[in-house]
Amino acid sequence: MVPLSYYVILSLIVFMIGVIGVLIRRNIIVLLLSIELMLNAANINFVAFSHYLQNITGQVFVFFVLTVAAAEVVVGLAIIIALYRGKATINVEDVNLMKW
Amino acid sequence: MRMDALIPLLPFAAFAVIGLSDLVGRGLRDRAHWIAVPAVLGSLVLSFVAFGSVLSGGPHDLTFFTWAVSGTFRASIGIHIDALTAVMLLLVTIVSSLVHIYTIGYMQGDRGYARFFAYLGLFTFSMLMLVMAGNLLQLYIFWEAVGLCSYLLIAHWYERPSAAAAATKAFVVNRIGDFGFAIGIFLIFTRVGSLDYDRVFAELPKHLGETVSFAGVEMGVVTLIALLLFLGAVGKSAQFPLHVWLPDAMEGPTPISALIHAATMVTAGVFMLARLGPIFSLSHAAMGVVAAVGAGTALFAATIALTQNDIKRIVAYSTVSQLGYMVMACGLGASVAGIFHLLTHGAFKALLFLCCGSVIHALSGEQDLRKMGGLKSVLPVTYWTFYIGALALAGIPPLAGFFSKDEILFRAFVSGGAGILFWGVGVATAFLTAFYSFRLIYTVFHGPSKVDPKAMKHLHESPAVMTVPLVVLAVLSVTAGWAGLPVSGMNGIEAILGPVLSPGGHSETASGLLLPLMLVSIVVALAGWITARYFYLTRPEMPIRLAERASALYRLSLNKWYMDELYDRLVVRPTNRVADRLWRILDVRAIDGAVNGVGWTALAWARTMRLIQSGQLQHYAMVMAVGTFVILAVYLVAH
Repeated sequence: MVPLSYYVILSLIVFMIGVIGVLIRRNIIVLLLSIELMLNAANINFVAFSHYLQNITGQVFVFFVLTVAAAEVVVGLAIIIALYRGKATINVEDVNLMKW
Repeated sequence: MRMDALIPLLPFAAFAVIGLSDLVGRGLRDRAHWIAVPAVLGSLVLSFVAFGSVLSGGPHDLTFFTWAVSGTFRASIGIHIDALTAVMLLLVTIVSSLVHIYTIGYMQGDRGYARFFAYLGLFTFSMLMLVMAGNLLQLYIFWEAVGLCSYLLIAHWYERPSAAAAATKAFVVNRIGDFGFAIGIFLIFTRVGSLDYDRVFAELPKHLGETVSFAGVEMGVVTLIALLLFLGAVGKSAQFPLHVWLPDAMEGPTPISALIHAATMVTAGVFMLARLGPIFSLSHAAMGVVAAVGAGTALFAATIALTQNDIKRIVAYSTVSQLGYMVMACGLGASVAGIFHLLTHGAFKALLFLCCGSVIHALSGEQDLRKMGGLKSVLPVTYWTFYIGALALAGIPPLAGFFSKDEILFRAFVSGGAGILFWGVGVATAFLTAFYSFRLIYTVFHGPSKVDPKAMKHLHESPAVMTVPLVVLAVLSVTAGWAGLPVSGMNGIEAILGPVLSPGGHSETASGLLLPLMLVSIVVALAGWITARYFYLTRPEMPIRLAERASALYRLSLNKWYMDELYDRLVVRPTNRVADRLWRILDVRAIDGAVNGVGWTALAWARTMRLIQSGQLQHYAMVMAVGTFVILAVYLVAH
């Protein structure tokens, strides 16, 4: 029986990888992947606590998260394609129009 | 009684109608006189009616409305007509009517024709309200109003810098006097608690013993009040040292000079001295100052008038000098004589100015004496009326100026003490007056013509609207003096004004001196006349040689004793310098600096702060993440 803390630590590690990926990577697709990592880190927590508390609600919630994540990826990829058509780049450093 | 209200309101109505119609659309333009002249003639007729009824029925009082009530203080606007006011009403409306008529010819074709008539109406209204005031507050309001009107009219040709400057000068110099006048009125109010003439005259004597500390000097409060009020008269009646505005006021059109000098502006000061005589008579010191300033001004201005070359300036300085006589008379307690001279002077000074205007009109605007001469045959009406005016001014009997001036000199002599000195000054002034009056006549109308050939072509006698007022004024200049013949039983002026101005009655103790003193006056005036004749007709080279011989004195007189230069150095330039500094330092740097500084600070901050917005999404995300961690850390540590 793996203790709960292991799952939490795993979740934390995955989440931190996601955060750092969002903060330091330049490729927009990688950013999108990193966001998915953070979502799934949360999913690990949900499932782990659901098992630990013997409450099915957490596992149900994971399906919702997966659904939303799928929709989000669709929108995100569409934006990236539009961006690429407009600016011929998927490097976030080149996309800095929102400033003075 | 009710009709009296129309005396001031008719000119005001003319002002309102002409002024408003001039503001909206095309206005009345060159038809403005169809409203202005009938209005002022109506006032004239009503003034005669009021004069008659005051003589037979005593003073009239009518309150228009109560203007302000505060505690026990009440200020009402209304009219109060007694003998003094009635006489002043006649003077103002007669001169004003003639000036109105004359203006039709003189200002014909002027761009501001309607505006000029509008202001004439306002001016007449203000002066009428001033003389009809029943309390000091109304007196003060219309005192300021005539100052304003003179400003507006002197600056009639405001596009000329000299006219604008002269108007400003008149206004500013008058402000100095008005300042004193206002403080005097405040002081009266603090002591008496009322500004009505009757209350003030009745209660001020109770405060005779009181003193007040003013500018570090302890002095009697009544004396101080009288001196402050006199400062107002000094400004308005152009007495030394505030006389400088009046000669410059010549920049205005000539009809306005006539009005200012004869009826509506400078007379206000003398009128006020007579009206408030009961206050002045409480203080011997103040009376002495009044008499001395008047006598000094009379002589001082006469010496300047000797050498001026501008035809209107000579007449202007003669006004200052004659006003000196009147002020001196008031200072000697002979305000009846002062007002008498005011009336006769009003007639002949208006005449002289309108004649000057006629000459200037004929010469297409030329005012320099040195470019005139030999105009006698071309301008016969102007010549004869001018001659009468000059005779009256010089004090040649039996013209108007003789009787009134002689009355003042007689009063001065019989008052004894310093009065003899004042008499001497007055006689010396009379000699100078006769001299410059005839210098004017001889250089303008006699001798060889020095008229510019270009102006020569347009040379013409003025139209009838201008010459008829001249003739009327000439008749008045001859006859006005007969109202106050120094023979007992025939002195109408004394009979009318005496009860109002000097209830105690004059002592006629020294009437044996009357004839000898009169002879002295006549001889002196004739001497001035003959000297002028000798200088300017018989030996025209004499004045030039004399000017070379006594060049220092000549230049002193020609440059008006350097009074303007003195004021320029002492007052105008330092003020300008201070104002300039204030503008450059206080206004531009401090005030504008503060206002602009606020804007600049915001701008500078914004310029710095906007750099935070890099547009890099990751920077924002980083800040957000770090912020979240910091907050979390703080939260966890705190717990």
